[in-house]
Amino acid sequence: MLSSTVTSLTVLLIVVFLFKEGVGVFDKTAMEEGFVIAINKNNPVDKLSSEQIKNIYDQKIISWEEVGGKKDSIFLFRVDDISNFYTDEQIGENFEMLPYRLSSLVDSFPGVIAFFPEKYLDKNFKGKKLEADKVTLAEFFGGEEWFPTAHPSAQLGVKPLILGTLWVSLGAILLALPLALAAAIYMSEIAKERVRRIMKPLIELLAGIPSVVYGFFGLVVIVPLIQSTFGVAVGETGLAGSIILGIMALPTIITISEDAMRNTPRAMKEASLALGASKWQTIYRVVIPHSISGISAGAILGIGRAIGETMAVLMVTGNAAVIPHGILEPMRTIPATIAAELGEAPNGGLHYKALFALGCVLFIITLFLNLTVEFISNRKKAHKH
Amino acid sequence: MKTKILLAALSLYTTVSLAQKLKGSDTVLPLAQKEAEGFMKTNKAARVTVTGGGSGVGIASLIDATTDIAMSSRKIKMGEKIKLSDAGKASKETIIAYDALAIVVHPSNPVSQLTREQMEGIFTGKIKNWKEVGGSDMAIVVYSRESSSGTYEFFKEKVLNNKNYASSVLSMPATGSIIQSISQTKGAIGYVGFAYVEKEVKALKVSFDKGKTYTAPSLVTAKDKTYPIVRPLFYYYLTTVEKNVKPFVDFCLSAEGQKIVEDVGYVPLTK
Repeated sequence: MLSSTVTSLTVLLIVVFLFKEGVGVFDKTAMEEGFVIAINKNNPVDKLSSEQIKNIYDQKIISWEEVGGKKDSIFLFRVDDISNFYTDEQIGENFEMLPYRLSSLVDSFPGVIAFFPEKYLDKNFKGKKLEADKVTLAEFFGGEEWFPTAHPSAQLGVKPLILGTLWVSLGAILLALPLALAAAIYMSEIAKERVRRIMKPLIELLAGIPSVVYGFFGLVVIVPLIQSTFGVAVGETGLAGSIILGIMALPTIITISEDAMRNTPRAMKEASLALGASKWQTIYRVVIPHSISGISAGAILGIGRAIGETMAVLMVTGNAAVIPHGILEPMRTIPATIAAELGEAPNGGLHYKALFALGCVLFIITLFLNLTVEFISNRKKAHKH
Repeated sequence: MKTKILLAALSLYTTVSLAQKLKGSDTVLPLAQKEAEGFMKTNKAARVTVTGGGSGVGIASLIDATTDIAMSSRKIKMGEKIKLSDAGKASKETIIAYDALAIVVHPSNPVSQLTREQMEGIFTGKIKNWKEVGGSDMAIVVYSRESSSGTYEFFKEKVLNNKNYASSVLSMPATGSIIQSISQTKGAIGYVGFAYVEKEVKALKVSFDKGKTYTAPSLVTAKDKTYPIVRPLFYYYLTTVEKNVKPFVDFCLSAEGQKIVEDVGYVPLTK
């Protein structure tokens, strides 16, 4: 009683913490904290999306016309460039003249876009400060670029990450399920007791191998293998991740579905055989239908493991945040993103909160899977009575 | 009896005040560990503990005062500075060593030199085939570090002219996996700390003056600054604990400390 209360409380606490931090991302602007973006006061542009800001600073957009302004080329200015325009003396030893210089610089170039720290914003600033919008749900889930550390405006599109996670997990389950089912049928119905006694602990041993070892094995063995088999330029693909995760999900699926199959009443099997059905007919007409809820529960728990797996995937999928078009492309998954980036993200900042929000997305996906398991096993019970 | 207890308490106090914690960048970690060993050898009473976690973790712990020194492979960010001043603290920055970044490719690749502009094209996704930079007809596979690492940030500033990487760039969790991947992918290119270059990969000569002179990365060229891709490694500490951490920082900057820098494979400071 006590221990279960404590466990539930802990789970609740973790979930509350996760969502508290994660929802915070929608309270922040994509612009780096403490900085402002300013343009000339005669520029008709009032607003730039974070994507436009990124493309301007990557010099993919070079004219104001492309973002709804006049036909004028964009002049990029970062605070470090100030020394090209003014001498150190004009700026002042402790930058005391910097706000004034920035203000007159923005005023004198009609096509300027300037990015500088807010504390150097002059009191009578002569340019136009662009207001940054808060991150929206549509941007977060619909955006196709993940550049959480981009200057001056971060790109937080999680679509490639969610799709990458789903692709890798789906591939894993497609590879693991047939193999695991075959193994489970063999062990519960066909194998002799002695063989089973050796095989079962061996398969369960798979679950005990640390995931980083799987990752290393994948990087050194499977990645070059994929490269030479499919003749692709890169071996670090979603497929490599799927294979590794498939192997990791095997013990879960095998153990659970084997247990379910062995729970088929002996009388049912014998009745089937007595009616003249062959062993194989008995397996797929009697045993599998009887244990289908156990098998699906095993499969879903296996996917759950695959979706949440971090280290092995991080090492083999290549982690490129692009929308995947096929399994033979590099992919980036949600857990790998969180593990790789959380350590260096400034505490409490936009990037940090965005990673927590990703954690929430992952939590929702696995919660949904667990509810499905619950639903399937409940349906089975209702069916029986 | 009373004085004895007082003395014991006092001696305990002095050892505690000599103990210091370092936290942060995994790039600086191996260096700081060796420096700590050297420091404790000459300074028996001192206790220095070093833990990794990343530059961001180090600076975050500095802000909530759970570490004495934050190790960082990047400069402190504006947002972090503002947080520090909000907490009523000020930090001091010390450069303790330099780290040269080598551009590495697969050993079988015929290309042996690149200009900064070519590298920018490759890493931002404009150049996609090796034949565009004088190599064979082969797709370029770009490997990079994770976006949150200090190395990623530095490379972007120095080589990519502050432009963003192409989103198709493969990002690897550690330098070791970059080397491993490049050594088994023919069209690969990536960047690693100079200390990590092994014979499984080939380091390229680079030019930052549009192809007039090409320089190969080495300790000598990094030291005399002819090799351009060199970044500083930092310690950050609060001004309030300066007295406490000063002996250790000074040791790192001393001739003995700088010799350790060279032994670990980083570039010592030049006077």
